[in-house]
Amino acid sequence: MIVTVFSVVILFLIALFLFAEALPLFKKVSLVDFLFGKMWYPTMSPHSFGILPLILASFYVSFLSAIISIPLGIAFAVYLSELAPKGIKEVLKPLVELISGFPSVVLGFFGMVVIAPWMTNKLSPFFTKTIPNFLSSLHLSYLSSFFANNLYIDVGLNIANASIMLAFITIPTIASLSEDALYLVPRTYREASLSLGATKWETIKKVVLPAASSGIATAIMLGVSRAIGETMIVLMTCGGASMIPVRPFDPARPLPAAIAAEMGEAPYHSLHYEALFGIGAVLFILTLIFNILSDIARAQGEKKMKGKSV
Amino acid sequence: MKRIFVCVLALLLSSTISFAGEKLVIKGSTTVLPIAQKAAETYMNTHPGVSISVSGGGSGTGIKAILDGIVDIADSSREVKPKEFELAKEKGMILTVHPIALDAVVPVVNPKNPVGNLTLKQLHDIYTGKIKNWKEVGGKNRRIVVVSRDSSSGTFEVWNKKVMHKDRVTPRALLQASNGAVREAVAKNENAIGYIGLGYVNKQIKPVSIDGVMGSRDSVRKGKYPVSRILYMITSDRSKQPVSYNFIGFVLSSAGQQIVQQEGFIKLR
Repeated sequence: MIVTVFSVVILFLIALFLFAEALPLFKKVSLVDFLFGKMWYPTMSPHSFGILPLILASFYVSFLSAIISIPLGIAFAVYLSELAPKGIKEVLKPLVELISGFPSVVLGFFGMVVIAPWMTNKLSPFFTKTIPNFLSSLHLSYLSSFFANNLYIDVGLNIANASIMLAFITIPTIASLSEDALYLVPRTYREASLSLGATKWETIKKVVLPAASSGIATAIMLGVSRAIGETMIVLMTCGGASMIPVRPFDPARPLPAAIAAEMGEAPYHSLHYEALFGIGAVLFILTLIFNILSDIARAQGEKKMKGKSV
Repeated sequence: MKRIFVCVLALLLSSTISFAGEKLVIKGSTTVLPIAQKAAETYMNTHPGVSISVSGGGSGTGIKAILDGIVDIADSSREVKPKEFELAKEKGMILTVHPIALDAVVPVVNPKNPVGNLTLKQLHDIYTGKIKNWKEVGGKNRRIVVVSRDSSSGTFEVWNKKVMHKDRVTPRALLQASNGAVREAVAKNENAIGYIGLGYVNKQIKPVSIDGVMGSRDSVRKGKYPVSRILYMITSDRSKQPVSYNFIGFVLSSAGQQIVQQEGFIKLR
């Protein structure tokens, strides 16, 4: 009890410190300019502290990695919980949990040294030469030129690269937590469905997954909030350009990368230092929102389950 | 004979007394930090009585600290500003500036890139985003991938002053956290251009000359190469004597200058 209270107090103080350090910035820079400014030039004179490109970069990277990891994560969870023989499951489940604890700096390094050159040297010619040639041989010249003009990759360190590496962290998180949720669906549900003549696939799709939906939603939220807060991968693989990202192959500078790259050299209590704490506060609020959403999903699910069992 | 012996003994004693338990505090530029650290280690090995603490924090922080009398030596990768000299004058303090090394920043491209020379103006326009394609400066018809350093780095500071004239670097530029990371990015990307300290140039990348002058130890020392700077150690009349001067003397000695070269900077002589 005492330990819990103690740790909650400490966490509260950390959050308080974060906001207190950021606050003096807003005497000089308005909140609107900070959140919606399009230029991030913290050390130039005149400086500008607009973090919109950084916020959008964070969203873009997390969104793309969510698109990759949600289907894969859930599919993996379904396999583990419903289809895999017991022996395989006993090996795979701890393995997945192990992968989610993989050091992110190693993933970042892999993205930088292996994925980035592969994207510029192999994937880019594939998109801009192989596919357009194939399409124009099918007389789809419009599509062909669209590919050739828009899908070139001149920078290997980009949003797509970071999203793929982030997926290595979010897939295991989503898979592991979703599997827990599926496991909690009572056996009787499955038996009732099967006894009505439903196939295994129909049972999974129409009974098990809906029953576990709130748990899966929680898993997704926690996975995405991990992706938003993850620092090392985006610092190493995202390129760090503070422009508003448009294409998935554009370089970007997500919030945690900006803090990690700049905090070391920002003079103590300068505007730049305060702006970095402001970014920290924004990041804190974003992850808080995702955690609250996951809590709401869980509470709703529990309410639904109670309603059904009565 | 006896007198000489006494003299020598007295000298030995006095030197041990003056060095025993001496504490030297050094603070300032992160660019100079590796030189100061390595030099301090070597110096402490040969002068067991002296303990030296070295920390970074930036040139400005170091100069402020020496003005406050907190440190004995301030490291700086820029000149002392007139305002700082005025502040010293107000406090009745005399600052002495010792150049200890030279540093040059070299633009680099991928070895596959045919471009071998750029003018300062072209570099400026590439980094502001005005020149977007290599064919505008005599290369292939490819978009230029601009690689820069995080705005707080010392290398960026030189570049910003000597090439950018404090104009903003295009937001499209990739910002890398270290000289090594810039080199890696340029080595792995045919269309990239970056800039790194002279000590980091190797075969993975191709250095580009500026207005026909290639950055080298020679051209920098002769003052021909435009993107270079002097690194300093600064003492005041309140720094601990004679140990502060002894230490700087060591940095300027051939052993000290050897350290300068090992750390990737250019010797003064």
